[in-house]
Amino acid sequence: MMDIFDIYLLEAVVNGILLGGVLALLALGLNLIFGVIDVTWICYAELVMIGMYGMYYLVQYFGLSYFVAAPLTILLVAGLGALLHLLVIAPLLSAPPINQLLATGGVLFVLQSFATVAFGIDFRNLGIRLPVLQFAEMHFSYSRLLAFGVALIGMVLVYLFMKRTFVGTAIRAISQDRQIMALMGVDTRRIYLITSALGGALAGLASCLLVLQYDIHPFVGLSFGPITFLICVLGGLGNFVGGFVAAFVFAEIISLGGLFSDLEWGYVLAFAFFIVMMFIRPAGLLARRS
Amino acid sequence: MLELRSVDAGYGSFQALFGVSLDVKAGEAVGVIGPNGAGKTTLMRVISGLIRPRAGAISMEGTDVLKTPAHRIVSFGIAHVPENRRLFPRLSVEDNLKMGAFMPEARARYAERLAFVFDLFPRMKERRHQLAGTMSGGEQQMCAIGRALMSDPKLLLLDEPSAGLAPVVVQQVFELVKRIRAGGLTVLIVEQSVQQVLRVVDRAYLLEAGTIRASGKSSEMLANDTIRQAYLGV
Repeated sequence: MMDIFDIYLLEAVVNGILLGGVLALLALGLNLIFGVIDVTWICYAELVMIGMYGMYYLVQYFGLSYFVAAPLTILLVAGLGALLHLLVIAPLLSAPPINQLLATGGVLFVLQSFATVAFGIDFRNLGIRLPVLQFAEMHFSYSRLLAFGVALIGMVLVYLFMKRTFVGTAIRAISQDRQIMALMGVDTRRIYLITSALGGALAGLASCLLVLQYDIHPFVGLSFGPITFLICVLGGLGNFVGGFVAAFVFAEIISLGGLFSDLEWGYVLAFAFFIVMMFIRPAGLLARRS
Repeated sequence: MLELRSVDAGYGSFQALFGVSLDVKAGEAVGVIGPNGAGKTTLMRVISGLIRPRAGAISMEGTDVLKTPAHRIVSFGIAHVPENRRLFPRLSVEDNLKMGAFMPEARARYAERLAFVFDLFPRMKERRHQLAGTMSGGEQQMCAIGRALMSDPKLLLLDEPSAGLAPVVVQQVFELVKRIRAGGLTVLIVEQSVQQVLRVVDRAYLLEAGTIRASGKSSEMLANDTIRQAYLGV
């Protein structure tokens, strides 16, 4: 009896880690936008939703293979991120934060409504079912393993881009001193646009991975939008390392919490944990900015 | 090289500069001295494009600078070391220097420029991986000057390089300015340490309440009674 329980526990721990990878990817995207542009994209998960529909139509209607559709979807959502910046954020850059928040909140509803009208409320899927890996009496779906591996690769690529390139260095610099960027020969508007496209590309990558695990419908963003936002707040908004750690903390709570009862209980525990943490460490797990 | 003609500038309803005209010729070191709040920093910011004048003209080697967006002015060969250094505190020394070489012309010669700056400041080479904000004030000033030199400028604008530094370090900074000059760079330097700056520059302007009150060779300025009484305490 005890052996069986241990196996389940171990399986839940591993599944938590796998879930954490994708959540960390989403948190990185959101943190990137917040850290650099100082704006929260409340509608971030809705970009993922649009990306999932992109995958669906490219694969099911245009008959493209998954591996051709994925880069196209990443480009599509990157473009959407850039567009969101140009049309909504750029005109509001000097507006009070609450106006920016309301505007991106508005975009959330626009995208949801648009998806409802354009694609209907049917649940759809890619029709791709990856097998389940059996290992020492434990079961792990390949779609989760793939999502974890690719999410990690994605994050490493972003890290290298930020560390090695001139534009990546400018992205890190701009949040530390906006006013003098012009003295470096940096056009801040261009860096904001590139950052927005990069944030969009990360949402696009996440949509390619999540589309293998979730059915697609106009409100699918709700499954991971709020949790991504909480992860970023728990990690300290704009703190990349904090977001990464918090993603795995949340994923483990969801996965282990779900083990003892329904999966939904995992979410209840995660949100309760978040509220408690807001009392204990309101500035985030790894608080640095004052 | 650099020409300002009747420049008016300010922030909002506050006017900081009134009809300022100033010249810097190639190879010269020129100082702008004056009390706190005289508009010295505004003058620097107007030249590098951080703020736009309300009236007047600014040209660099005969080209009108005011038609160019601020982030392109560095490509005219104007590098500005801002007041209080303004390094990126949570970037490494090397990343700070990298930012100084951001514009395409400098990016292509990054390795060469980095070697030049490391040669000039061996200390920066030792500390290349250290976060800039954790260094001493003097080291930060070196890093800030190094960052400006990364773009291979023709004209270096130095805004209060001695601010907040210990007297010994101030001495080192001015020695450094002499060395940079010897390399053929033109320098415009704004300072409150009047006596020290006048020993480094060829000519100087006295800026008070946003207007040029006096100008002349360093030796003349040092001999000027008003300056002696107000700034040198003699």
